[in-house]
Amino acid sequence: MSTTVENPGVSSSGQPLRSLEAPGPRIGEKIIKGLLWLAATLSVVVTTGIVLSLLIPSIGFFQTVPIWDFLTGTVWAPAFANPSYGVLPIVVGTLMVVFFAILVAVPVGLTSAIYLSEYASRRVRKSIKPILEVLEGLPTVAIGLFAFNVLTPLIRDLTPFLPWTGPFSIGVAGITVGLLIVPLVASVSDDAMRSVPASLREGAYAMGATKFEVALKVVVPAAISGIIAAFVLGISRAIGETMVVLLVAGAGNPVLSFDPTKGTQTMTAYIGSTATGDIAAGTITYDSIFAVGALLFLMTLAMNILAMRLVKKYREVYD
Amino acid sequence: MADEPDYTSRVAMPRRTRVAVGGAREVTQAMFTEGDRKKKIQGALFASVLLLGLSVALIAIAAMITWAFVAGGPRLNINLFTNVPSVVTPENAGYRTAILGTLYVIGGVILLIVPLGVGAAVYLEQFANPANKFNRFVDLNIQNLAGVPSIVFGILGLAFIVRGPLSLGFVAAAGSLTLALLVLPTVILASREAIRAVPSSIRDGSLALGATVWQAVWRQVLPAALPGILTGVILAVSRAIGEAAPLLLVGAVTFVTFNPSFFEGGYTTLPTMIYSYASRPQEELQTLAAAGVVVMLVILIMINSVAIYLRNRFERTW
Amino acid sequence: MKLTRTAAFAATVLTSALVLAACGGSSDGGDTASPTGDSSPTGDSNLTGSILIDGSSTVGPLTEVAAELFMQQNPGVQVTVAVSGTSGGFEKFCKGETDGNDASRAIKESEIELCGENGIGYDNITVANDALTVLVNGEAPVACMTVEQLNAIWDEGSTIATWGEIPGLDVPADFADTPLSLYGPGTDSGTFDFFTEAINGEEGQIRIDYTSIGEDDNAAVTAITGDVGAMGYVPFAFYQEAGDAVKGIAIDGGDGCIDPTPENVQNGIYTPLGRPLFVYASDSALKKQETVSFFTFYIANSDQIAEIAGAVGLTDAQKAEQQAKVDALAGS
Repeated sequence: MSTTVENPGVSSSGQPLRSLEAPGPRIGEKIIKGLLWLAATLSVVVTTGIVLSLLIPSIGFFQTVPIWDFLTGTVWAPAFANPSYGVLPIVVGTLMVVFFAILVAVPVGLTSAIYLSEYASRRVRKSIKPILEVLEGLPTVAIGLFAFNVLTPLIRDLTPFLPWTGPFSIGVAGITVGLLIVPLVASVSDDAMRSVPASLREGAYAMGATKFEVALKVVVPAAISGIIAAFVLGISRAIGETMVVLLVAGAGNPVLSFDPTKGTQTMTAYIGSTATGDIAAGTITYDSIFAVGALLFLMTLAMNILAMRLVKKYREVYD
Repeated sequence: MADEPDYTSRVAMPRRTRVAVGGAREVTQAMFTEGDRKKKIQGALFASVLLLGLSVALIAIAAMITWAFVAGGPRLNINLFTNVPSVVTPENAGYRTAILGTLYVIGGVILLIVPLGVGAAVYLEQFANPANKFNRFVDLNIQNLAGVPSIVFGILGLAFIVRGPLSLGFVAAAGSLTLALLVLPTVILASREAIRAVPSSIRDGSLALGATVWQAVWRQVLPAALPGILTGVILAVSRAIGEAAPLLLVGAVTFVTFNPSFFEGGYTTLPTMIYSYASRPQEELQTLAAAGVVVMLVILIMINSVAIYLRNRFERTW
Repeated sequence: MKLTRTAAFAATVLTSALVLAACGGSSDGGDTASPTGDSSPTGDSNLTGSILIDGSSTVGPLTEVAAELFMQQNPGVQVTVAVSGTSGGFEKFCKGETDGNDASRAIKESEIELCGENGIGYDNITVANDALTVLVNGEAPVACMTVEQLNAIWDEGSTIATWGEIPGLDVPADFADTPLSLYGPGTDSGTFDFFTEAINGEEGQIRIDYTSIGEDDNAAVTAITGDVGAMGYVPFAFYQEAGDAVKGIAIDGGDGCIDPTPENVQNGIYTPLGRPLFVYASDSALKKQETVSFFTFYIANSDQIAEIAGAVGLTDAQKAEQQAKVDALAGS
């Protein structure tokens, strides 16, 4: 007897078998799939918009300023009477902020997340997690003001051996941004760790492991892809932060500097202050905003590609 | 000690099994060789390091909130919530229009990011073929957008939402849309992690019983992933509520004395006004700015409480 | 249970806030502005309409004061003020999207072209004067400097690093070795443009190693307060509010030391650092009666407005001149 999926015939006892094919063309399903696809591709539309609005003015900019000078110059003074368009000082500024942010966010964020998911009782977790999320919601303006008025003097008093001058500091700005992204990193890592199946934990406990060993040797490696995703998200946020660096790091001066005790401009601070400033639109100086924006975009792209490779390598899939 | 058993198995083990087995083996060995006391100290030390880390974060938050209350103290009264802004008599100024503006804008953001964000995440996790080049491109896109500075979204919004194809003008709806685009990647990424964490046995079981993919997702996967999704939404809303720079470019004003509406007229938000006041020299306006931070805290706690309540209700462990 | 109680509390607070908001104001959309003070509306209360002014963050605070006072007298008009920056503002102004542009500098080439393309006729209305003030620490033993000395300090290529090196400046011996720390606004600021042109001769010409305070003039005051060897320059409002921790030094432009005071600015003797603050008006915006009324109000009440906001009011001669400009533009 020839049977097909559509026409399965009868079972050995003589009962008619049901076809496994769907009864109808499932239009609703197709429509929903289409709508969801639209939602996903919206991101592509947005990126295209950003690329277009950044790239086109940049082309005009690079016709006047050679790309090589832009990328390797060490003096960033686009609005001076003798303009100089070497972008390295503000790139270094951004990288310094990211460095200090990671320095703060990795230990504080990861330890908070481990504590919340492995050690804290349900009640403690339910009350602490929302408090962390409040930090996320404070306007960056407020956090910047707080850092400028309270944190910078505090850190300055705690480290008198460093050569502090002036009220601005890129190091303090980086630390502040690090604190800012802790809730993001901690929350997402915590969710990742909590989704590790209990069977894994329980198995380890059954073998006599302590909480310490379970947390560090079982749960964290198992949730590593989620944790890396959390950190990539946090670092992306740190790179893109504008208001805090504007208020805490000022705009430094146009020469390259690696000194964390001084103020330095980051790429985002430059874009932010110039876009809301008084420089005339349509000039080369104004177009430098788009060139810097394009560079920022490419840098985060490179970082994300790297991170995606990392995540793919370590992803855990459960049953 | 007995000879170490040969663990180079000829049977392929999934990685997590290897991890679990490896961890268990190490633990058992340690138990036999190192003894309990060292582990107790280790454990205690570790726990205190964790607590230290967490306290740093909590102390930072407490310090910030205290500063806001202390700096804004002189102006904390009910007028702060019910009066309209005033620069002539700052003692009487209030944040009413800014509060309403914030609520309108954030309301719009939530309405946009929940369907769009969760929809995109569902598509990428459940419907899309991960090997497909286009889907990987979308993946990369979303990750990348999370790092674009907020001011660039302001430029984008001005060009395409306020003017350009959508031409909404300088209204609250344009602000909502701009901010929604800004925080959408956060929602998508967090939702994806949440959906990924749901064991596929749940989905497969549902499919085996004859459900369509969408039915399985809607009735089984999404409710299971809800806490993680809500975390993403809370984080996104928290970010959007605190943004000033992109809104300034898109047309938020810093001085308005009438109640906003969604599609017409001027609007302002709390961070915009706080930013404006903070850059003024007058002492009273600085105090007002700090008081504005307190107002923001109240609004934030209100909005977050609702989401957190929902998240706690749907929490479950596997 | 604890959770439901928290949720109930949150819901109550939320509801009461919304109820407060609803009761506190009239319905949204085209409602009337409700004044905060107890001054009852007087004057021309028949005007209705809306006005949007955007632009500089230096002039914005003045326009806000003007808007509030104007609305107290004309509750039927909705005036809103935004601060996208002078250039962002010009971009919107030249597309006809705003009714006026606050500007701390004159309009530039590319912006003139843009206005021309869109057929917007404009003129700059001076609404106040500003005295750009050079600040030093309150304890610094300096009270007056010449323009040449300032030039020597701030010019491009200057290497002056201590107070003793400033040519011709009399400082006590113990102060001569104090390092000179320079603070100034960022290069995107109109204040920066004005100062560099007035002191160094060309916009944007300045030494490369001064510390930029970015957007926040308050930070300059903080910096100078904390450092006895610091020097910076700020708009008058920041000097006025700063108190005794900083000193505004007198400028000698060739006619003796002139202090930065409102009178000296109005008499025109505080040179070269006295500057006008503009609001640009367009002929299309001035077709609306309420806009004409607003500008007239602004000019006529500039003394009161400037005093509240920390700038310097217009002289009577200036008032007449600016009013004539408004009338000309409105009539065209």
